[in-house]
Amino acid sequence: MKKLDKERVLLAVAAPVLALAAAFVLTALVLLATGKEPFNAFGIMFDYGVKADSQVYILNKATTYYLAGLAVAIGFRMNLFNIGVDGQYRLAAFFAAVVGGALKLPGLVQIPLILLVGMGVGAMWASIAGLLKVYRGVSEVISTIMLNSLSGIVISYLLVDGRLADLDKQTNIVATDPLPSSSHFFTIPAGGGLDPIWGFIVVAALAGVGFWFLLGRTRFGFDLRAVGRSESAAQASGVNVKRMVLTSMLLSGAMAGLIGMPTLLNDTHQFTSDFPTGIGFTGIAIALLGRNNPVGIGLAAVLWGFLERGANRLEFEGYDKEIVGVMQGVIVLCVVIAYELVRRYGLKRQQQRVGAELAAQAKADKGTDKQEVPA
Amino acid sequence: MAYPGRSGPRPAPPPSAHQECAIKAASPPKGAPAGAVTDVAVELHGITKRFPGVVANHDIDITVRRGTVHALVGENGAGKSTLMKILYGMQRPDEGTIAIDGETVELHSPADAISRGVGMVHQHFMLADNFTVLENVVLGAEKLHGIAGRARARIKEISDAYGLGVRPDALVEDLGVADRQRVEILKVLYRGARTLILDEPTAVLVPQEVDALFDNLRELKSEGLTVLFISHKLGEVLSVADDITVIRRGTTVASVVPSETNPRQLAELMVGSELPSPETRESTVTDTDMLVVDALRLTATDVDGVQRAVLDDIDFTIRKGEVLGIAGVEGNGQAELVEAIMGMRDPDAGTITLDGADISHAPTRKRREDGIGYIPEDRHRHGLLLEAPLWENRILGHVTEEPNSKAGLLNPAAARRDTERIVAEYDVRTPGIEVTAASLSGGNQQKLIVGREMSHHPKLLIAAHPTRGVDVGAQAQIWDQIRAARRDGLAVLLISADLDELIGLSDTLRVMYRGRLVADADPATITPEELGSAMTGAASGHLEGQADDGTEAAAGDEAEAATGGEDR
Repeated sequence: MKKLDKERVLLAVAAPVLALAAAFVLTALVLLATGKEPFNAFGIMFDYGVKADSQVYILNKATTYYLAGLAVAIGFRMNLFNIGVDGQYRLAAFFAAVVGGALKLPGLVQIPLILLVGMGVGAMWASIAGLLKVYRGVSEVISTIMLNSLSGIVISYLLVDGRLADLDKQTNIVATDPLPSSSHFFTIPAGGGLDPIWGFIVVAALAGVGFWFLLGRTRFGFDLRAVGRSESAAQASGVNVKRMVLTSMLLSGAMAGLIGMPTLLNDTHQFTSDFPTGIGFTGIAIALLGRNNPVGIGLAAVLWGFLERGANRLEFEGYDKEIVGVMQGVIVLCVVIAYELVRRYGLKRQQQRVGAELAAQAKADKGTDKQEVPA
Repeated sequence: MAYPGRSGPRPAPPPSAHQECAIKAASPPKGAPAGAVTDVAVELHGITKRFPGVVANHDIDITVRRGTVHALVGENGAGKSTLMKILYGMQRPDEGTIAIDGETVELHSPADAISRGVGMVHQHFMLADNFTVLENVVLGAEKLHGIAGRARARIKEISDAYGLGVRPDALVEDLGVADRQRVEILKVLYRGARTLILDEPTAVLVPQEVDALFDNLRELKSEGLTVLFISHKLGEVLSVADDITVIRRGTTVASVVPSETNPRQLAELMVGSELPSPETRESTVTDTDMLVVDALRLTATDVDGVQRAVLDDIDFTIRKGEVLGIAGVEGNGQAELVEAIMGMRDPDAGTITLDGADISHAPTRKRREDGIGYIPEDRHRHGLLLEAPLWENRILGHVTEEPNSKAGLLNPAAARRDTERIVAEYDVRTPGIEVTAASLSGGNQQKLIVGREMSHHPKLLIAAHPTRGVDVGAQAQIWDQIRAARRDGLAVLLISADLDELIGLSDTLRVMYRGRLVADADPATITPEELGSAMTGAASGHLEGQADDGTEAAAGDEAEAATGGEDR
């Protein structure tokens, strides 16, 4: 048994390592094809990525990405493909910024309030897709994609001078009212004249622990995972699958509502027209790379931040910064393929081992036992 | 009516499998047409096939004479199907040789096998429902005789030659199971097969249809064709086969002729040890009602958008300590009945009362907590999380109950410990509880499910095909467990396609046909044949079996029961 477990750990690590290795080889080929020297590029990215200021940057980026990965992973764990994390996150961040900018309460009250608004809006927006799926059988993939567009339209309608936002005459940027300074989240000083680390990283870590506990240690989490593994078996076991779809959509949306909070509370303190987009999609890649596992997602989020940091530097060195986009895309593809390959190999391997051990057992107490043979 | 002269002296019963074997045993084997006797159609020598971790076949030697029906018998999982897949080119043997018509061949695909005149009729039919028989037959063989007039003529010719009675222009969806099977056989013949492999052809048929099929097989044989017939139903094998090869644990253990053996001997060859039996005769039925189903009605919308009643006016009561068996051809509402009682479908009318409490519309989880244990028909779809470890599968369905959880929190340590206990008590053969459910064999998966359900001391056990696809050893254990629980006052709803299992285990029998309970019978006196005729809708009401029918065939019953269950 011990050996089986060790092998499982090995297999679990093998997939991402294989995927990354393959991705690097493929990216190197792409670089070669464009006439650039690949290993130099990797060297630049690495040297630059491990610098102290880069580390701070990466951690801050990773905080956002981690929450995005968790939001997507909740859906993945029960076979729901919430592509709408991006729309949910942006709409949530927008309304949280509006509410935060309108109030002047002590931080202890206002920050939780802002978080709750964000989570509530995200959950509500996701619940539309959940309700459509449960009562009308609409695929959540389709509905969440459309809801992404809709959320963009809603924001651009409201983010207009005189509606829920103001135009800054000097910079010509439309933004919501800034949050009062009492609502700024704490930061962790990194020392040495570096930018501080966003305090929201603590919330993200707590969210990760909560994710692990909810899914791994509670009845609810067991039900959710059971639905993800086999909807029919879960239903027969007594799980109300429809309610579970709705609940997990709400949870995923609430988590999506948190994605914008590090940026809002630690960085911009207002929602502007250039608030980051596409983080929800990054979350899909990160959840895939991290195997929907809270620790894995954390590593994936850091890797993503690292790659993006490296991309900025590559530009200065005469490389196309898009190469990092290629690299990220290749990583995701390789990851999906590698996981499937390793999963199949693992299953087969385990069946072999079980067969072999049983055969050995049967031999040991020969005569009394029946060896089983597949039909 | 299958038995027209019921009131008068009973006429000779239809040739039941067991009786026929008795007749055969007394007479010398029918000689095949002269000259063909020495002619060998197929010869398998030293066939060995290994799968990951197990050897499915080893050192198999079979010689099939041309113009005979050759039966291949063995318990579920003995390696029969693998062997036939090798002969049909679907799998390559690791060792050994295949000779067809005296010529050693290498079969790389079914197309190779067909070109050598070997055809296979699968257990699960491969027909397009919305096509006519003609279209189905020519599909993929358009080059042979075109797709119209010539093909129709050829189909007619084959159909007449072997008495198949196939109508080329009938839509397949309008055909019954037996007719579909004949279409499958015709498909193979149309492609020029001289040797037919039939994989468990009788599993889907009721006894009367089995007899008709056997007439067809004899017809084929008399025309010089060779039939390889896979089965684990010994009575059938003895009635139709000229030669029998027995396979046990992946290898050929004996070749016998029907005249020199009997079902019991054959069964012992198959099993290699003493036979289990599903018989339970001492009654443990009490007069406390456990499950009362009253006027239950369930409608469903079929593919054409028409509302149809899949369950209609279902009434029955199961008392504590009683096993109620429901017989019926699959697809007559048994699955829906189970799902209605489990709460997976909401009935349109009627009530379901468990131990005095109305649970007609209660959620599934509540019903499970209230004491319904469930052994599902399709354990892969409804009973297990295949890619989850055994201990998580032990939690499935009982996540709200001790020892799996407390106050909403899982207790993995206790669940693991209890899984260890189930593995030991119910003899689940596994190297540990961290392996995935998918890596266990069917029988061990089923033992785990039975153990799990029994561990929560259910008041009512719903057992749908509890021994389907399960090896003989596990089958006997599962029967024992059902019997033991029944003694302790468990009420059991048993649904099975294995009539011997039904008759052997049940205290009361009901027959389901087109969503209704059309007949009831006393398992002590009923025969499988009588039950079969009610299953086709030919008989209804109270089936009056005759007790003395059983005595002569008792050995056969028992032997057949031992090897019952379906290979799916």
